[in-house]
Formats: sequence, C-alpha cells, structure tokens
Amino acid sequence: MPDDFLIRAALAGIGLMLAAGPLGAFVVWRRMAYMGDATAHAAVLGVALALATELPVAFGTGVVALAMALAVAGLSGRGRTADTALGVLAHSALALGLVAVSFLKGVRVDLSAYLFGDVLSVTRGDLVWIWGGAATVLALLAWRWNRLLTATVNEELAQAAGLDPRREKLVLTLALALVVAVAIKIVGALLVAAMLIIPAASARAFARTPEAMAAWAVGLGIVAVLGGLWASLGFDTPAGPSIVAAAAAIFCLSLIPGRSAR
Amino acid sequence: MTLIEARGLAVRHGALSVLRDVDIAVEAGEIVTILGPNGSGKSTLVRALIGLEPAAAGAVVRRPGLRIGYVPQRLQIDPVLPLTVRRFLSLPRRVGDAEAAAALERTGVGGLGARQMSVLSGGQQQRVLLARALLGRPEILILDEPTQGLDQIGEAAFYRLLEEVRQESGAAVLMVSHDLHVVMSTSDRVICLNGHVCCEGTPKVVSAAPEYRALFGHGTGGALALYRHEHDHDHDHGEGPHHHHHHHDHAHEVEDA
Repeated sequence: MPDDFLIRAALAGIGLMLAAGPLGAFVVWRRMAYMGDATAHAAVLGVALALATELPVAFGTGVVALAMALAVAGLSGRGRTADTALGVLAHSALALGLVAVSFLKGVRVDLSAYLFGDVLSVTRGDLVWIWGGAATVLALLAWRWNRLLTATVNEELAQAAGLDPRREKLVLTLALALVVAVAIKIVGALLVAAMLIIPAASARAFARTPEAMAAWAVGLGIVAVLGGLWASLGFDTPAGPSIVAAAAAIFCLSLIPGRSAR
Repeated sequence: MTLIEARGLAVRHGALSVLRDVDIAVEAGEIVTILGPNGSGKSTLVRALIGLEPAAAGAVVRRPGLRIGYVPQRLQIDPVLPLTVRRFLSLPRRVGDAEAAAALERTGVGGLGARQMSVLSGGQQQRVLLARALLGRPEILILDEPTQGLDQIGEAAFYRLLEEVRQESGAAVLMVSHDLHVVMSTSDRVICLNGHVCCEGTPKVVSAAPEYRALFGHGTGGALALYRHEHDHDHDHGEGPHHHHHHHDHAHEVEDA
C-alpha cells in the first residue's frame, strides 16, 4: 500500500489532467500554446500578490492568470504585434513576480515550489480545490463543447450559425486561468503549459475525432502523472519535472510511425 | 417573397469605403450571382448579408426566422485537429447518421463520412460544405466563390449540382463569382458589383451592358482578342464540348454587339 502523500499526489495529478486534457486539446487546435505559457508565467506574480495580501495562493494565481489571459486575448485580437506583446507580458509578469516575492519581509517563501510545483506536499484541502477547479473546467467545456469546436474549426461558420466566436474564446481563456491556478501546486508555473500541450499533442496520433483526442489527452496525461511520480520516488528526482519528463517520453513514443489514425 | 435584402448598405474597413449605396434583394427560389473584379467588395457584401460585417450605413433586412445555409470560400482545417467529415456535419447542430449520409450522397460525396476533413481535395471539401449547409434545410444558400480552386470541369459540375439542389429544395441561391461565362447558364439574375451595384439583370442583359464592359473590358478590342485566343486555346486542346460551345457563344455575342 503506497503512502498517503503518494496517493494524494496521484489524485491531484489525475484531477489536473481531467481538465488539462480537453483544454489542452483546444490550446493545441487553436495554436494558443504561447498563451498557456504567458498565463502560467503570470501566475508567479499572483503568488507574490497573494502572499502579500494574505489571500489564498490559488485565488491570487487564478485572478492574475485570468487578467493575463484577458490581456493577451485582447492584444492577440489586434494582429501583428500579438506575438511580441505576449513575450513582453509573459516575461515581465514573471520577473515582476520574482521581484515582488523578494520584497516580502518575514515570509520565507520557497519559490521553487511555485515554479516547479510540490505535488508530494498536496494536502486534503488542496485536493478539494484541485478537483473542484477541474470539475468546473470540465463542466464548462462539456456544456459548450459543440460551440467551442465550431468556433475552433472556423470562426465564420460559427458566426453564420449564430454563435459568437469571441464569447467562446473567452470561455477558453477563463478555463485556462482556472487550470493554471489549479496546476501551480502540482507541476508549478513553469511547467503548467507542458501538461496542457504535451499530452494533447501526443493524443493526436491516436485520435480520429476531436472527442477521442481529448479523451486520449486525459489518458496519456494520467499515465505521465503516475509514471512521473513512480520515477520521482525510484530515482529521487523532483516530482513536477519528472511528470513532465514522462509526458515528453510519451510524446516521443507517439511519434513512432504507423500509429497515426488518419 | 423577399428573403434577404440590403438597403442603402455601406461597409467600411477603417477609413476605407468597401461598399456604398448597395441595394440588392433575393427572392425565394431564384439564383442570383454577384459578379465583380478582385477587390470589388463581393465577399464583403456576402459577409454583411450574413451578419459578419457591421453596416456603416443602411441595413440588411432578413425575413424573420430565415434559414441561411452558408458555404465559405475555403476552409483551412489544420491537420492537428482530427475531424471526420461525419463529425464536421454535426457542427454546431447535431444531426442523425441517416440524415448526414443522405446529405453527403446528395452532393456526390457519399462514402466520405469517415474521411478526415484535412485531407479532402478542394472539390470534395466544397461538396461537404454544401452538404452541411443543406442539413440546416436552408431557404437560401449563400456561397462565396464556391468553385475557387476547382478546375473547369469541376466548376461546371458544381454549378449543375447547385441548380439541382435549387430545383429539389426550392432554396434560393446567392453566390459570388468573378467570371460571368461560367455562371451564365445557372444564374437567373446577375448583380455586377464594384464598390456599388454597377448593373443588374439577366446574364444576357448584363453581359451586354456598358457598365459590365467597362468593368471587365470585354468590349474593347484587346480583351476580345484575348477572348478569342482563349477560345482557340480551348479548341486546340479539345476540352469538353459544353465548354467550347460556351466560349463560342460568348465571343459571338461580343462580336455582334
């Protein structure tokens, strides 16, 4: 029987992937990879602000990640400067966060826990937050699935069918901020985007429909979580990066030709 | 019965005036083609009619509850998005398997249901897009240069299909083209557009109208020579008899006029 902390870690990772799998598929389909990155980087600023104001860390990261995602979405709607604006915003937010943390007197902050996650120290309270957040994201995506998908396939077709692509984009932005807030404890700010993108990208090779790709992303992500935790225990490596490394290994396997379900 | 109309419609892109004073109307069951050179605002007009472009002045009036079937110019489906034709037909409104299969069969791409959208040829994709539009039981089909990227045989076949669909379903058709002679036999009415409506009428009337000539230059000696050259060229290479005949007719008309 594995230790309690290990079971909690596994449950946290599984909860994360339930939301990050389908959302990651949208991030890949819509080429929002960099947006996931930017949102995650900004979360460090959220950590600093939360610690300074003594609000829950998850709340602070959620709010700042959302603000960041909205700023990025607004800028990327204006075309050619979006890429540069993203770079400016993402790294400025990360740097500001790191600087802000250093100003926090009397608070001993283990910053690497927020950058790389500390899944092995997940508490029961964290689990409630993670699963609650993941369930919310999953419900949001399931509710609007066909509309989100139509807007992703072609904005004109969506508009002609009476949908508002901007609203669907906002739904994804919201979901992204929530997932970042949920995931920061597990894999950390620097690796959140990895768990969104890598399992979804690996899933492409096995799927013929969007739904199948989302389901595969969840499944492969969970395998990565369990594999990463096992490796972390066996080789005494940091848990968050080990999970991402496992996901990367799965991605490499998915590249083996002959598996493509086209 | 008027299905959709533009009244004094103007559309601007920033400071640039793309359309001004556009008055057009589509009646139930008719096939109307919007014709114009590149940059004449054809696509913008179609987009405004569907509600994708805001009107800077004037208005678009749709019959309340009008069911529009929209076929966009070209759909770029990223191969990273796995999407079968069958799944695509259920976006955003889910349709039954039998219904989906019948629509694909009708547009001549039956059996493509399991194919990935990203690997379809241009012609197959247009037919799938048309099938999807038909699933909404449209009263009007709106198509933006539906045959772009098709060869002339594919183009002719697609227009025949549109005419059949119109006959069966009674749906009106509003489409955009840049080439009069390919839509000549299919259209009931042609609207010549160049930022505003230049001329309007049956294909025969429009092809003889001075405004049309001015726009496309077919009345000038140079263009006529070009036309004859095209005609000869087609003839030399022995393309389909229908096509040859068509060119011949047209050149003949221009000479007569």
